[in-house]
Amino acid sequence: MSRADRDDNAPAGWRARIGRVIQGYDAVLSLPHRQEIARELQDEEDLFMLLCFCDMMGIPNPVSDMTLELYPYMLERFHEWHRRQGIPRSPLDSFRCC
Amino acid sequence: MNAIWIAVFGVVCFVMGFRFYSKFIAERIYRLDPDFQTPAHTYRDGVDYVPTNKWILWGHHFTSVAGAAPIVGPAIAIYWGWLPAILWVVLGTVFAAGVHDFGAIVLSSRHKGHSIGTLANRLIGQRAKLLFLFIILILVLMINAVFAWVIAKLFITFPSSVLSVFIQIPLAVWIGYRVYRHSGSMLLPSVVALVVMYGAALLASEVPALQIDLVSWFGGADAPVVGGFDGTSMAFLVWIVVLMVYVYVASTLPVWKLLQPRDYINSHQLVVGLALLYLGLLFGAPAMTAPAVNGEADISWYPLLFITIACGAISGFHGLVGSGTTSKQLDKETDARLIGYGGALGEGMLAMVAIIAVGTLFASGADFTATYSSFAAAGSSGLGSFVKGAGQLAANLGIPPQMGSTLVAVIVVSFAATTLDTAVRLMRYIIAELGTEYGMPVLARKHVATSIAVVSSAALVILPEGPNGFGSGGYLLWPLFGTSNQLLAGITLMLVSVWLKRQGRPVVFTLAPMLFLLVMTLWAMGQQVIFTWSGFGDAPRNLLLFSFGSLILVFTLWILLEASRSFRQGAGERLDALSDEPR
Repeated sequence: MSRADRDDNAPAGWRARIGRVIQGYDAVLSLPHRQEIARELQDEEDLFMLLCFCDMMGIPNPVSDMTLELYPYMLERFHEWHRRQGIPRSPLDSFRCC
Repeated sequence: MNAIWIAVFGVVCFVMGFRFYSKFIAERIYRLDPDFQTPAHTYRDGVDYVPTNKWILWGHHFTSVAGAAPIVGPAIAIYWGWLPAILWVVLGTVFAAGVHDFGAIVLSSRHKGHSIGTLANRLIGQRAKLLFLFIILILVLMINAVFAWVIAKLFITFPSSVLSVFIQIPLAVWIGYRVYRHSGSMLLPSVVALVVMYGAALLASEVPALQIDLVSWFGGADAPVVGGFDGTSMAFLVWIVVLMVYVYVASTLPVWKLLQPRDYINSHQLVVGLALLYLGLLFGAPAMTAPAVNGEADISWYPLLFITIACGAISGFHGLVGSGTTSKQLDKETDARLIGYGGALGEGMLAMVAIIAVGTLFASGADFTATYSSFAAAGSSGLGSFVKGAGQLAANLGIPPQMGSTLVAVIVVSFAATTLDTAVRLMRYIIAELGTEYGMPVLARKHVATSIAVVSSAALVILPEGPNGFGSGGYLLWPLFGTSNQLLAGITLMLVSVWLKRQGRPVVFTLAPMLFLLVMTLWAMGQQVIFTWSGFGDAPRNLLLFSFGSLILVFTLWILLEASRSFRQGAGERLDALSDEPR
């Protein structure tokens, strides 16, 4: 690499480095806020799961036919959800996520 | 002596402590294992348990533990001269705080990320759970009273800071809504908020009409206002009422609306404050005018110094943060050294610059002695001296001292206000838990618990009578705050020692600071309760402080008895039950 090339790249390198420092600083400060957003989202997720599976708890679910179509989309999320609820293996035969 | 040499001494000790002592503790005592699967991986849930980069986690841990406390304690303790204060901050940080904070994170990480409270319950039993709750309740009550006093005192002494502090509230609410409703980064809006706040502070320091000076509104410091209250007392009362109303509202709001965005702005302020002070020190190279050792002290530094400086030397609160949130986000166990030990060093740096700011403020040693004429005077004027000293350091960067002092007052008040908000919130949870435990469900209601927290805190800050009349005695609570904080640190070090003993490793490195801490705390508190507050001899009796001090003493002795009983009855096995380690 010639000296001229190095001079051309130098500002970009500095910019990238400063950008990384700012990103790191932002990550430090936003850690607790990210946690709070994730917690609220998780609460919504748990409620959604309850709605999807309320039949199994004896609560009639008027939209069960439609929720069946969600099966492929829900497999992974269902897996995370049952682990979060303290159930290590899938509690449902129909949901063989693990 | 040039203050830079003191900072160099401190920094060299901190670097050596990190480089050698923390390495020794990490490798030989805690025996950190880079292959150990931390709770962040084992229980990964995307919320509490998330593996996080060690530098980001260090920054988060440091900003969570640093606040107004490592400033207030050293600003009072310099009364005995800067040498004992610096030595306690440096040696305490290197040999006690670092090991304590680091140990709390490792212990929690080795026990499924459980907090110190849960581990203490498991170790000492169900009775200790309530005891532990009572100790934390007293700690947060002290925090509320002390920090409310700190804010009111700074508002009265530096009226130019009021506008900026109140502007921060709507700005924080705006950021909260902007981020949570529309997503996006907080960085730019919070920098804008900071610029607006500092702009308001600088403007208010130049334009008297923008200074909310209640004392002059009430006709002056000594002017009679109503019911025998003079201007200062009335201003103090009004500020306490305003603060308590504010904290009631703030602590009942969801955290994302006010507390978190303000925390975010405060983190910028911590960086700004530290940069301002250390750069000012570097460019100004001021001399320490305070005496190295104050030979005319009216009360011995030994053992009171060890409860006057808690945060900044060692603080049990760090163990709560380390085991409550940090340990759940540890990517590798070996990261705990940087985060725990390094976080304690950051706090030590803050405490050290607080001592330097006060030590370089005065024109001569005689001026220092005139302001710090007694321990009571040090308590009353220590914080004001820090703010003025910090303003003087900032003046070395071309900022006029008045503006510098206003900026520093804004920073300290912002820290104190966030602490107040968090502590009232925490107190509400504890009252609710105690209510449930003792079959009083009414206490579990949000507004009932908050009302009790706010009213008791207000009563505690208003009741102690200081030498300058109503409202001047809030600082008298400071030793009680230090004691309850040190007590918590002692419990954490005890838990770490039990764990180390179970592993067949040397316990002297955790047991020695624990014994030192508990002996000094008990000695200092016993001395205060028996000889100062009880009315023994010629000393005037102070029933309030006597009652609280006695209560803390009884709790300390009780928990020590419970702990020694539980050790004999196989506490280690109970702790093992929560462990992730193979046996």
